[in-house]
Amino acid sequence: MSATTSRGSQTWFTPFNVITSAIIIVGLVITFLRFTKGLGAVTHLSHDNPWGLWISFDLLVGVALAAGGYVTSAAVYLFGLRKYHSAVRPAVLTGFLGYALVVFALHYDVGRPWRLPYPFIMQQGTTSLLFEVAACVALYLTVLFLEFVPAALEWLGLKRVRDLITRLTLALTILGVVLSTLHQSSLGALFLIAPSKLHPLWYSPYLPVYFFVSSIIAGLSMVIFESTLSHHYFADKMDQTHLDEKEGVTLGFGKAASLVLAGYFFIKLMGVAGGDNWRLLGTSYGLWFLVEMIGFIALPAFLYAVGVRNKDLPLIKWTALWTIIGIVLNRLTVGLIAFNWQLPPSRRYFPHWMEIAISIFIVTVGIVVFKFIVTRMPIFYEHPEYKDAH
Amino acid sequence: MDTIFYTYQEFYTHTKAIAYLLMVAALIGIACFWKFLSGKDDADQDRTL
Repeated sequence: MSATTSRGSQTWFTPFNVITSAIIIVGLVITFLRFTKGLGAVTHLSHDNPWGLWISFDLLVGVALAAGGYVTSAAVYLFGLRKYHSAVRPAVLTGFLGYALVVFALHYDVGRPWRLPYPFIMQQGTTSLLFEVAACVALYLTVLFLEFVPAALEWLGLKRVRDLITRLTLALTILGVVLSTLHQSSLGALFLIAPSKLHPLWYSPYLPVYFFVSSIIAGLSMVIFESTLSHHYFADKMDQTHLDEKEGVTLGFGKAASLVLAGYFFIKLMGVAGGDNWRLLGTSYGLWFLVEMIGFIALPAFLYAVGVRNKDLPLIKWTALWTIIGIVLNRLTVGLIAFNWQLPPSRRYFPHWMEIAISIFIVTVGIVVFKFIVTRMPIFYEHPEYKDAH
Repeated sequence: MDTIFYTYQEFYTHTKAIAYLLMVAALIGIACFWKFLSGKDDADQDRTL
C-alpha cells in the first residue's frame, strides 16, 4: 500500500503522525493490560499510596490547566471584555477536551467504567467531597460541551439547533463559573482530610482557596500558551480578527495573571503564618517550598509585569510556559512529593513507567483530537454564515 | 529558637498577629505592584489626552 495520500505529494509519515501513532499504540497495549490484569500490573500504587500520578497529573493538573474555559468566558460574557472574544472558542475547546480527558483518565484509576454514574445513584450521602467533585465535573463537562457545540453545529450546518444553544451562552457562562469555583476548590479540599499525611508547608485550611486562585492563574497562562502554539501551527486557519486580537489577548491576560500571582503569593504566606511553620523553611522541604514561592510565583508575577509594561510579547509567552510548569509542580507536590512525607523512602511512591506512558498517551490523544477539531471546525475563525452572530 | 506555646490562646495570638502584619504588607504591596504593572498604561493615556 502506498504511503502517500490522495492529496498527492503529502505523505502520511510526518514526524507528528509517526510519534503520535507510536504513543497511541503503546497506550492501547497498556490500557488492555490495565483492564485485564488490574492496577497491580501497571502501577506502583499501594495501600500507603492509593493515589498516584494519574490523580496528581491527569486529574489535578488536567483540571487546573483546563480552567482557561471559564476564565475566558467570564472575562468576555460576564465582564464585557469583548476585545478578547476571539480567545473564547479555543479556550472553551481546550477546557472541554481537558475535562473530557480527566474523566477518561479517571477510568484507569477507578476501573469498571460502567460504574461511572454510581456517585449519583449509589453513593452513601451528599456530604462527601468526592461526591461534590464528581457532580461538578459531570455538570461542568456538560456545560463545556454545550459551550463548544455551536462550533460543531456550524460545521455540520445545523443552524436552528446552533441558534437555540447560542441563546444559552450567558446562563452557561454563569453556571461554568459557579461549578468551576466549587470543584477547583474542592480538589484542594480533598487534601484537608489528610493533615497528618501532607507536609505542613503545603497543608493549610486555605488549600481550597489556593487551588481555586491558582486555577485562575493556570487558565490565564494556558490561554496565552495555547494561543502562542496555535498561531505557530494553525495560523492559516485564522481569520483577520483572530490575528489582530492576538496581541491584546496576550497583554490583557498577562496583566491579569501577574496581579493574581501577586495575590496568590501573599495568601500562600498567610498559610505559613497561620500554621506558624516558619521554622520548617530551613528544612529540605522548606527549600522546595521556597523554590515554588520565589521561582514559580514571585518570579513569574514580576516577569509578567515587566512584559506587560514593556509590551514584550515573547517575555509574556515564555512566562506563561514557566507559570504552567509551576502549577504542574505545585499539583505534583501536593499529590505526590509532599504527600506521605513522613514515610521511609522504601514506602514512598514513584510512578511505574506504564503510569507515565498512560499520562503521555492521554495528553497525546488530547492533542490529536484538538488538531482534528481546529482543522475542520470554526474555532480560529468565524463561520462565513454566522459573522457577528455570537 | 522556637517559640513555646502553652495554650491555644497564645498560639492564635501569635499567629494572628503575624497574619495581620502580613495583611498590611499585602495591602501596601499589591497597591504598589498594581502601580508598577499599569504605570506605563497610565503614562501612555496621559500622553494621548
